[in-house]
Amino acid sequence: MTEYSQSNNQFAVELHGITKRFPGVIANHDIELLVRPGTIHAIVGENGAGKSTLMKTLYGMHQPDEGTITVNGNQVQFKTPTDAIAAGIGMVHQHFMLADNLTITENIILGDEPVDGRGRINFKEARARIEMLMTSLGATFNTDTNVSELGVGQRQRVEILKVLYRGAKILILDEPTAVLVPQEVDELFTTLKRLVADGATVIFISHKLDEVLAYCDEITVIRQGTTVAHTTPSQVNRRSLAELMVGSDLPDPSGRETKIGTDVRLQVTGLNLAGEIVGAKLALEDINVAVHSGEIVGIAGVEGNGQFELCESILGLRTILSGSISVCGQELSHTETRDRINMGLSYIPFDRHREGLLLDAPLWENTFLGREGNQSLSRGPFISRTKIEADCRSIIDRFGVLTPSEQVPAFALSGGNQQKLVVGREMVSDPKVLLAAHPTRGVDVGAQAAIWGELRHARDNGLGVLLISADLEELIGLSDRILVMFDGRMTAHLDPATATPEMLGTYMTGEEQGAAQ
Amino acid sequence: MKNQRLQRMLVTSASSLLAVFVALCICAVILLITGKDPIEAYKTLFGAAGDTKVLQGALNRATPLMISASAVAIGFKMNLFNIGVEGQMRVSLLATAVAGAAIHLPAPIHVLFCLVVAMATGALWAAFAGWLKVKRGVNEVISTIMLNFVALSLVAWAFDAFFRVDSATGSLLVKTKELPSSAWFPDIVDRRLNGMFFVAVLVLVLFYVLVWKTKFGFQLRASGANPGASRVTGVNPKRMIMISMLLSGALAGLVGMRSLLGDVHAYQNNLAEQQGFNGIAVALLGRNHPLGIFISALLFGYLGEASGRLQLIDIPKEITTIMTGIIVLAVVIINEAVKRWDDRRIQHKAALALEAVAVAA
Repeated sequence: MTEYSQSNNQFAVELHGITKRFPGVIANHDIELLVRPGTIHAIVGENGAGKSTLMKTLYGMHQPDEGTITVNGNQVQFKTPTDAIAAGIGMVHQHFMLADNLTITENIILGDEPVDGRGRINFKEARARIEMLMTSLGATFNTDTNVSELGVGQRQRVEILKVLYRGAKILILDEPTAVLVPQEVDELFTTLKRLVADGATVIFISHKLDEVLAYCDEITVIRQGTTVAHTTPSQVNRRSLAELMVGSDLPDPSGRETKIGTDVRLQVTGLNLAGEIVGAKLALEDINVAVHSGEIVGIAGVEGNGQFELCESILGLRTILSGSISVCGQELSHTETRDRINMGLSYIPFDRHREGLLLDAPLWENTFLGREGNQSLSRGPFISRTKIEADCRSIIDRFGVLTPSEQVPAFALSGGNQQKLVVGREMVSDPKVLLAAHPTRGVDVGAQAAIWGELRHARDNGLGVLLISADLEELIGLSDRILVMFDGRMTAHLDPATATPEMLGTYMTGEEQGAAQ
Repeated sequence: MKNQRLQRMLVTSASSLLAVFVALCICAVILLITGKDPIEAYKTLFGAAGDTKVLQGALNRATPLMISASAVAIGFKMNLFNIGVEGQMRVSLLATAVAGAAIHLPAPIHVLFCLVVAMATGALWAAFAGWLKVKRGVNEVISTIMLNFVALSLVAWAFDAFFRVDSATGSLLVKTKELPSSAWFPDIVDRRLNGMFFVAVLVLVLFYVLVWKTKFGFQLRASGANPGASRVTGVNPKRMIMISMLLSGALAGLVGMRSLLGDVHAYQNNLAEQQGFNGIAVALLGRNHPLGIFISALLFGYLGEASGRLQLIDIPKEITTIMTGIIVLAVVIINEAVKRWDDRRIQHKAALALEAVAVAA
């Protein structure tokens, strides 16, 4: 840990001994954080380490049970975010909070509108202020554009403008790069550097170590709810920083000893899928993918470029225009979803809350979901509750789901354990083909390692996996081949041994690969 | 670990009881404002419980409520709000009265025939709303409400135009042709408690088994709890919507049968009025669970039966109607609050249990 020189240097933010308890768990304890003004200060830690809790404390979204907060030398107590905003702190949330059908100007001033004497919004004044902020940010927007027309990176800049507009000098960014491709990340940091040069302070929450090391001035590491280290990028490397974060050995996605099989498990040929709107362009265009037994084929791509539609088409949830899909050589075009599942197709859905779990239902019902056809779990039309519960317990044991019992509702589990439960349910029936969409999204490092281990183990036993992921490291580490999807098409075909995140990023933003396909 | 389920049930029942209690308190205030003595009113109202006749009447009134609440609840289980039980019931009442009077069959078969006709017509009317939702995406709340009006008008017109017969006794009340006595559902206690009560209890039992013990019921609940998740497992949401609408409508058809087969034995305009709508309140209070529905139906049946006593002490019996309304409002509000509290409690408990495990390890 670096010792600060005992200068009279005032800190922009000082947190001492912050402890925040939630019923039964301590989310934060004895947090010590010192942020120098005019720096980009990274707070790193794995998912569930307590980063977000800490930031909510700093932003006044809840009050700490113990400890003090000092901003620019003044000790403060924030009852609500309004207090924090008044103290010059602004937060850019991970999920954008913009109204799509309003213009950029309207979004920025929303809730803080300048009004003239007669109570009308003074757009002229608003625009003038926004123009000024944009110049300092280096952004060029037509502020009358609807937010719905903006890309993800631009929306984020609008969010930052919104915060600056409210007079924030200290910006908190909660995992801002989770939604960006590498090129957009560069742009974001260019913007942040400009802000910092103008005297702002940025607190940057992340678990992506590369960008932290590349762009941030100082780093505070959080592990299991408390700050464990304070360092700078020059003092650490990727590996040592990761070890500080995890506190133990790192999971490693790479490595395989078995050979890819020769039989094709999943074959998609010439798949076309119509777009949502009649007459619009195709949602999927001429998709060709083959997954062999014991092979993991990775699909890279910015979300919303057809990955979801591809999974739904393979599952038979959408009616395709043309093309064929087969599992183990059996053509599926005219079979129902349930039959496809019974033929050995399995699916880890994109969003475990929306498509994977019954949150209010006990775990045993969750592991039964989709397996009603399993003869060992039912008696004729009736469910065999005891057998289902036993089956659930075995999934819990085998996949290391942390839970008091199989009777608790799924919402009581942490994200990582929920995901392990979903993965367990999908893999326990020994499928032939697994469509794994973001199998480790939003889970902690421990769960990630466990899930990777299961995927690798199943692959070695012959499972064919179509892996869709936004985690480029996961893709490169696990896949035997990587395909890049853009705009409903496969635009590149890469070898993970030679692929870099930058290469993937280039193709993910629409560059075509020459003749490689 | 079974006691976790028991706990949830206790919490659920407690929240419903609390709602009833809150409603009683609010009604007491209303009584006070109108210058009546609430203590005396409640003494009279609940003092009637000692009277066997009142209890028999309460069971009798609870009969259609249990069935209509089941009809509503089976929809609720899959997130379908069938507000059209009243209309489905009305269509099936006229159809059954006409069909039942048109043929002669031996007693038990005739009754069975009437019940089947009732269920079929109720299901058919509900199928409209299901079809509209599946094919055209029409929200079932809107379509079932609208179809209620259609049903009411259509039945009133058809009754008036084709099926009314002049009363032999010279009464002003017009009815359809009376059902032959072979179609009458026998009473358990003469003119007080009809045998349809057992049918209602059977409906509740079957409802429980179907929804909680079968694979189909599991899929139904899963589709209701998370349509997205059950869709990706291959449960066809449209098929589920159609099936649950048909089931709900079939039960709705049975709602009026106590009045038709067990009491009036002919269709008349106000027959079984409101029994479909009241099922919504009973289902809400009973939390869509058969046991809860049973108890709630008894409560509502009792309030309806005992309310007459209030008039003897110069309190309008409509106070029980107000009470029913307030109970429903209180249930909705309190359930939500209690659920949030209970969710936090469960999360907390799970976290504690895990901490204990971690410490032990």
